[in-house]
Amino acid sequence: MSAATVVPPIGLPQSLKTTPRLDRWVRFNADRSVTVFSGKVEIGQGIETAIAQIAAEELDVALDRLELVAGDTTRTPDEWYTAGSQSMEVGGSSMRIVCAEVRHLFVEAAASKFELDATELRVRDGVIEVPGTDLRTSYWDLAAGVDLDRDVTGSVAPKPPADYSSVGKSALRRDLRAKLSGAAFVHDMELPGMVFGRICRPPSYGAKLKSFDAAAVRALPGVVAVMVSGNFIGVCAGREEQAVKALEGARAAAVWDETAAMPATNEVREFLPQLASTRSIVQKKEGGAGVGVQRLEATYSKPYIAHASLGPACALAQFSGNKLTVWSHTQGSHALRGQIAKAMGMSDGAVEVIHTDGAGCYGHNSADDVALDAALLARDCGRPVLVQWTREDELAWSPFGSAMVVHMAAALDADGRICDWQHEIWSHTHLKRPGWAEGINLLAAWHMDPPHPVPPPKDALLPAGGGDRNAIPLYDFARQEITKNFIAEMPLRVSALRALGAYANVFAIESFMDELAAAAGADPIEFRLRHLKDERAREVVAAVARLAGWTPGGAGDATDSRGFGIARYKNASAWCAVIARIEVGEKIRVKKVFAAVDAGQVVNPDGLKNQIEGGVVQAISWTLKEQVKWDRDRITTRSWEDYPILGFDEVPEIEVVLLDRPGLPSLGVGECAAGPTAAALANALAHALGVRARDLPLTPERIARAMI
Amino acid sequence: MAETFKLRVNGVERQVSAEPNTPLLYILRNDLKLKGTRFGCGEGQCGACTVLLDGNAVQSCDTPLWSAPGHEITTVEGLGRAGALHAIQLAFIEEQAAQCGYCINGIMMSAKVLLDANPDPDDAQIAQALERNLCRCGTHVRVFRAIKRAARALRSGGGQ
Repeated sequence: MSAATVVPPIGLPQSLKTTPRLDRWVRFNADRSVTVFSGKVEIGQGIETAIAQIAAEELDVALDRLELVAGDTTRTPDEWYTAGSQSMEVGGSSMRIVCAEVRHLFVEAAASKFELDATELRVRDGVIEVPGTDLRTSYWDLAAGVDLDRDVTGSVAPKPPADYSSVGKSALRRDLRAKLSGAAFVHDMELPGMVFGRICRPPSYGAKLKSFDAAAVRALPGVVAVMVSGNFIGVCAGREEQAVKALEGARAAAVWDETAAMPATNEVREFLPQLASTRSIVQKKEGGAGVGVQRLEATYSKPYIAHASLGPACALAQFSGNKLTVWSHTQGSHALRGQIAKAMGMSDGAVEVIHTDGAGCYGHNSADDVALDAALLARDCGRPVLVQWTREDELAWSPFGSAMVVHMAAALDADGRICDWQHEIWSHTHLKRPGWAEGINLLAAWHMDPPHPVPPPKDALLPAGGGDRNAIPLYDFARQEITKNFIAEMPLRVSALRALGAYANVFAIESFMDELAAAAGADPIEFRLRHLKDERAREVVAAVARLAGWTPGGAGDATDSRGFGIARYKNASAWCAVIARIEVGEKIRVKKVFAAVDAGQVVNPDGLKNQIEGGVVQAISWTLKEQVKWDRDRITTRSWEDYPILGFDEVPEIEVVLLDRPGLPSLGVGECAAGPTAAALANALAHALGVRARDLPLTPERIARAMI
Repeated sequence: MAETFKLRVNGVERQVSAEPNTPLLYILRNDLKLKGTRFGCGEGQCGACTVLLDGNAVQSCDTPLWSAPGHEITTVEGLGRAGALHAIQLAFIEEQAAQCGYCINGIMMSAKVLLDANPDPDDAQIAQALERNLCRCGTHVRVFRAIKRAARALRSGGGQ
């Protein structure tokens, strides 16, 4: 039924502290629709649908009556970035609190109009009525009299989960019909007078433009502008194929000075720990004896990994007078606005950024870079410009996920229990997002004249963490030491890629747990449970073991080998346990992957499963195939041929089970599967072959090397 | 120099004027405003731009304009439009076989070729039909399900 209980103010999420006013979040329209405004944007994860479900639930309106506007600097709240699996935890809870309060205000207004107690009213699809009578009104009837120009108090309790009708049920994604039948992405936008832009990037990170024959490029058919500023070269043409030809012309007309500045080897294990670093203790516990009967050590490594989105970055920019509008698939419209304004010497107020969907986003990719490219070219040529990055730009110039080396050491006591645990990390930063630290983190800003300096890297500290994300084990060890060596130098451009350091840390922890289990002569799962008190963790372990029919001691052989991995993402978010079944012949064939996930209260079960399936597949691809490579001058992985990803003939069956927790906070799931999947594969492979490959990716060459 | 070409796209005669070696992809997207065909690599390696030429899957990014006249070109808009979607598009939506959705139109065009030739494909046959299509979000398992669902719908007379 109806009126909400009034409770003492709860701790408001950051989004509501930044944007407390209710009318910045919810608006009732004359056509009896509702618009809700969110700072969390669609990046292929289905968040738009999940947040709309939450709003519809709390407001008691039908989902199809509800429009969601997201990531528009003029219209929507600033919710920082759509990142870190925070969209449900922060964006979703903000929307829930706001909508519960808005509903409450309207029910109170209706109660006062009918001179009844609010508890006698109910809301059905926006109609506020008194059951058993013909007394009725609605959000839209009352909208003029209910003042939403007020701050959220957080004093209205959202619906109890038992009353949910939409949340918790699978809802079809709202954006797919358009995407699967025609124009839908920023790539597809057109404005009158629009021209097509391409950027002629330097061939390598430190390359300097020595000479450039701009006249030769200007003479090419259809070219309307050639912008040269320092090491930044952009071309605009009336037709897209002319822009492509102009880019080819610009590449031929540019002479660059390059320096051999890349690491001498592609083997992360060899060069990363040699770079200058700052050592610090992440966490230390000094209980227990620490001296066991067996001591094991192992070093694991993870290469630089590319985002490799299927659609290279794209943005549209237009000047109207002195006002700049940029349509972008950025994860943070407000942050991007500030960065573009700073790079272009404009005020924030003169720049508007409107989020428009792009191809899949798995972290800080090139979406922000291309937005500044488009803004610069639009100003230079005086017309709206759609800039499309090339596949080569996307693979060679986007930030990469940082390479990492993880050294593990542990001691086992006479009872086969871990009595000492050491985890040491070498990593660059995992966070160079525009606006996150000082300076400008946009590529063109570093290339143009005068250049903005590349800001110094900053490490993200726990609890979220960067290289140390998930470095603290899920297990209960009395004695443990986690250390990190933060490498400020970045021979390759790095920033946030799905899961950050959690991918390598969980891969290392969970691989090492299997090595220790073997040394203790124990079943890998039973061995973990010896050290695991966290009840929700134990339940996902049990669930995935049941799902996969795991029998203790039955790790299998080369024709059907099994491996296990588990983590609680960020040590604070969703729990995910994975079992992989593989077959090792000439190639590694992943036959089936099982995953059990506890993400608290589930909002959209099918959407959540889709995220887990995608996380598993992407992690298989990273783990078995992917590695950014270079020579002394340049990144050499510049096409799909050089940087292969998992194909349709390599994808296993995937079975996901969700442990729903009605009433408990919903937890993000975009990143939780990465580490457990990597470990499950590595463990299955080790069980199949009897030797362990510890350097990712687990390619046939690396496995052969491990067997020597 | 630009030349004039007559194309037959989604059953309709169209006339365009462009350089003969212009990739068909840009003609479809920019001259004919058929934006459902996506740019992914421009090198014929990812399948996001897959269209049909006389019922065969081709990568429109490496198909020159001059080679297209005289052939029946089908894009995802020719498969079905919003409001009148084809059984393949409906199956992909019912299975929620997309995350970002950027690669899916090319995949659906490859699926159309497969299902025209093989009304009841197994997983291996589907994987083979999609050997030139990439997906980065990892929706593969749903794509397999969606194509089999579409196959069932088409066998029982649903869709065209």
